[in-house]
Amino acid sequence: MSVTSPSSPVELLTFRLSDQEYSLDIMCVREIRGWTRTTPLPHAPSYMKGVINLRGTVLPVMDLAERLGLPPREHTDRNVIIVVKFEETMTGLLVDAVSDIIALTSSDLQPPPDAASNGGVGIIKALTLLDDRMIRVLELSEVVPPPQRDAA
Amino acid sequence: MTLSILAVDDSRTMRDMIRLALEPAGFTVTTADDGIHGVEVLNGIAPDAIITDINMPRMDGFGFIDAVRGQVKHRATPILVLTTEAAPELKARARNAGATGWIVKPFDPAKLIKALQMVAG
Amino acid sequence: MPELDPMAEIRASFFIECEELLEALQDGLETMAEDSGDLETINVVFRAVHSIKGGAGAFGLEALVRFAHRYETVLDAVRSHVMVADGDAIKLFFRAADHLSDLVRESRDNGVLPEAEGNAILTQLDALLGDNGVEEVEETEIDFQPMGLALDLGLPDLDALPPAGPAEFTIHFTPQPELYETGNEPFMILRNLAELGPCEVTCTTENVPLLRDCVSNGGYLAWTVKLCADISQDDIIAVFDFVEGLCDLTIESMQSAPSSKVSPALPDLPPLQDEPPRQIVPEAPAPMPAARSDTPATPKAKAATQPAAKAVVRVDLDRIERLVNLVGELVINQAMLSQSLESSGLSPHSDSMNGLEEFQRLTRDIQDSVMMIRAQPVKSLFQRMSRIVRECSAAVRKDVRLVTEGDTTEVDKTVIERLSDPLTHMIRNAVDHGLETTEDRRAAGKPEQGVVKLTAAHRSGRVIIEVSDDGGGINRPKVQQIAAKKGLIAADANLSDVEIDNLLFLPGFSTATEVSNLSGRGVGMDVVRNAIQSLGGRITITSSPGTGTTFSISLPLTLAVLDGMVVHVAGETMVLPLNLVIETLTIDHDNLEQTRPGMNVVRVRGEFVSLFDLGVELGYRSAQESYLDSVVLLIADEAGSRAALIVDEIQDQRQVVIKGLDESFYRAPGIAAATILGDGQIALILDPADIIAQAQSNASVLSPKLMEMTQ
Repeated sequence: MSVTSPSSPVELLTFRLSDQEYSLDIMCVREIRGWTRTTPLPHAPSYMKGVINLRGTVLPVMDLAERLGLPPREHTDRNVIIVVKFEETMTGLLVDAVSDIIALTSSDLQPPPDAASNGGVGIIKALTLLDDRMIRVLELSEVVPPPQRDAA
Repeated sequence: MTLSILAVDDSRTMRDMIRLALEPAGFTVTTADDGIHGVEVLNGIAPDAIITDINMPRMDGFGFIDAVRGQVKHRATPILVLTTEAAPELKARARNAGATGWIVKPFDPAKLIKALQMVAG
Repeated sequence: MPELDPMAEIRASFFIECEELLEALQDGLETMAEDSGDLETINVVFRAVHSIKGGAGAFGLEALVRFAHRYETVLDAVRSHVMVADGDAIKLFFRAADHLSDLVRESRDNGVLPEAEGNAILTQLDALLGDNGVEEVEETEIDFQPMGLALDLGLPDLDALPPAGPAEFTIHFTPQPELYETGNEPFMILRNLAELGPCEVTCTTENVPLLRDCVSNGGYLAWTVKLCADISQDDIIAVFDFVEGLCDLTIESMQSAPSSKVSPALPDLPPLQDEPPRQIVPEAPAPMPAARSDTPATPKAKAATQPAAKAVVRVDLDRIERLVNLVGELVINQAMLSQSLESSGLSPHSDSMNGLEEFQRLTRDIQDSVMMIRAQPVKSLFQRMSRIVRECSAAVRKDVRLVTEGDTTEVDKTVIERLSDPLTHMIRNAVDHGLETTEDRRAAGKPEQGVVKLTAAHRSGRVIIEVSDDGGGINRPKVQQIAAKKGLIAADANLSDVEIDNLLFLPGFSTATEVSNLSGRGVGMDVVRNAIQSLGGRITITSSPGTGTTFSISLPLTLAVLDGMVVHVAGETMVLPLNLVIETLTIDHDNLEQTRPGMNVVRVRGEFVSLFDLGVELGYRSAQESYLDSVVLLIADEAGSRAALIVDEIQDQRQVVIKGLDESFYRAPGIAAATILGDGQIALILDPADIIAQAQSNASVLSPKLMEMTQ
């Protein structure tokens, strides 16, 4: 969703990856599911966890932490899969835990100052503060199609 | 006033077009796929007017008109022929077969309605 | 649900109808080409073109109307025996049919219409008619103005007057007996006049004879109508349009002065309703003349050549997709239920288990029936191919006949659509490369006309489609030479005939020494094979020198289900297409061999087959310490190349519902699709050909270790 006016309301779903807090525009979130075992895809990049059965359709699941270059870690029962829809594609994003839904206005968001020097160029589209904690707002279009198509 | 119409045409498109033109105007439309089917359908209904195509498989429009006029109860039922040709000899043939009038395809819905009202009220 | 624009819907339906009509046209022309066709065949051909024209007119598709009209004019001449359609004429009719189908498709897709080609054909069509044709053409332009009711009464002194204020008309109208025979009704005509303006109607009864002299269908009444309205004379003529020539009609008009002369509108109307003629006229044409009444209501045409069309329901494809998906769910649910009931330890003879068996059978039947909804005869596909043969043979100047068999064979609609491209390419190849030149055929003592045969048949749950030619067969020395020159094989490779034939499927192989304008489109048989494989099919070649080549395609009946072998590999459950599994065996000391370092083989009845660990190939595990007693599946891909895959366990053979994998951001090598198992888990469906190819390219890296460990 593009930010149209400084005061337009924004609702974000916040969640944890390692010890960092991230968020996604609530509008692209379809549902949140508990962790289930994925069926691994051969020779997939490590962030591709495989596929799960989402009510009869095959849903690809990626580990968002690994996708963002954070160190891999064991999955626990507290992990959840956020099902997002970008354009026509549904994808599951594995995160450590979902925290909250927060409502702000777009004026509360600021562009990341280090966007150019950061490895994840464009993936973090904005930053905001919540109770003194920094929350990163993800750009879904940068998350879902990977930078390199031929990962194999 | 609701007029009931039997439309006989082998082209589904034409049948659909006739339906689309007439039903919103309050007509009741029954369709048949060719002359023989038309005769069969006619056994169960008493339309106020009949629209028929000429070129059809199994029994063409001329044969169909002939068969309709052969039935006493449909002797005076108005029959409009749908034709792509405005050629006079075609009209003459249709009339000789017993057609009441004709509509040249592609038809304008308003004109089709008017023609039906002219012959059938 | 959004309301669809009814016109758009009819337009879409028109184009579907066009496809059917084009098919009928094609069929008819083929019959005509074979035995010059009886009258009904020509009628069918004529009607097909005629109906396309009729619908096209309704949607303002002028180019289509124009072409169809002139095509139809020539067909009409054949129909009415004005001209005889000889072989050349029929060839031209085929070309015209092809062009008509182009026009239909371009009109449908709002594409660019190939005018030049059309004009060339039209010129030739007109030439068939000789001088008559030119006249017809000119008439066309007039005929096809969009029009409603044509008016050409041709009455004298009826110049249309501009409606300069209300005019008074005096109309004398005397129906002839024929007017009644056509179902026309003076009352209606009078009423229609009354709608134009206030009327004063007088009925002339002086010609009515005494009752005993009345002829049943005689017309004895006449009317004089004084009509005062702000209309032109044409408006009045329009009322009499249908009865022109069936009545004596005169219309006098005079510009009326002040409106005071006009009779008051409303009071005048009621009398018309009670007009005496109304009571009399309907009686007049009572019994029909004898000649009419003996016309049978259902003439003998009933027993005619054409069978009544089957009743058909048109269904939105989305609805079928939904049904197919739901049935897929049903199958999965049934499998889950079976699994949980079986593991509950119920007696196999309990009511529950018996019920389950019945449920399984019903589910299978429902599934089969649903799949059949999507099935279509391959006929439309084959007809497109006959066009390819015509165009292609003309381009390479060969005389070629296409023979088709089994075009009523039904295949999934999607399969048919996706077969079009590969089949087109194969047909082009057959004409271009498969068949010899006319001179060579003559020299070889063969008939000059080459034959390309296209057949379809159901065989053991699959569809077999074959493209064969009666040409010279594959020139194996030349094929091998080219492959060696292109570095695809070693120069001194010792290959069997089958191996040489299969070189044609190698990427980058093309036998055409000069790039012909037909096949040289950068598409090789490798692309064809990939397309067939992506449909779950396989393609094989057989060829014998001097007598021809046959490409045989074997396809699943539907893309939605697959007969699979369910196996376990490295803790994962996977499905292999059952049709590719030739046999299963177990590894022991006797059948494991090493051909060269890096290549392990298993010996199967004297034949050596490359051996791979499926878990390793998929990257699920590293090589095992020992493969002794491992289960091995011997598989063959479409090209006939074989491989042996090591798996941990064979679990089951069963039908699985194919679920597409979203490959938008990762395409897994060796994986064709996925399915959902009874426990709700997803199992991947393997693409063995891909695995074999991957494995062979990795063989040198992985296999020495494998070899070491098995010793």
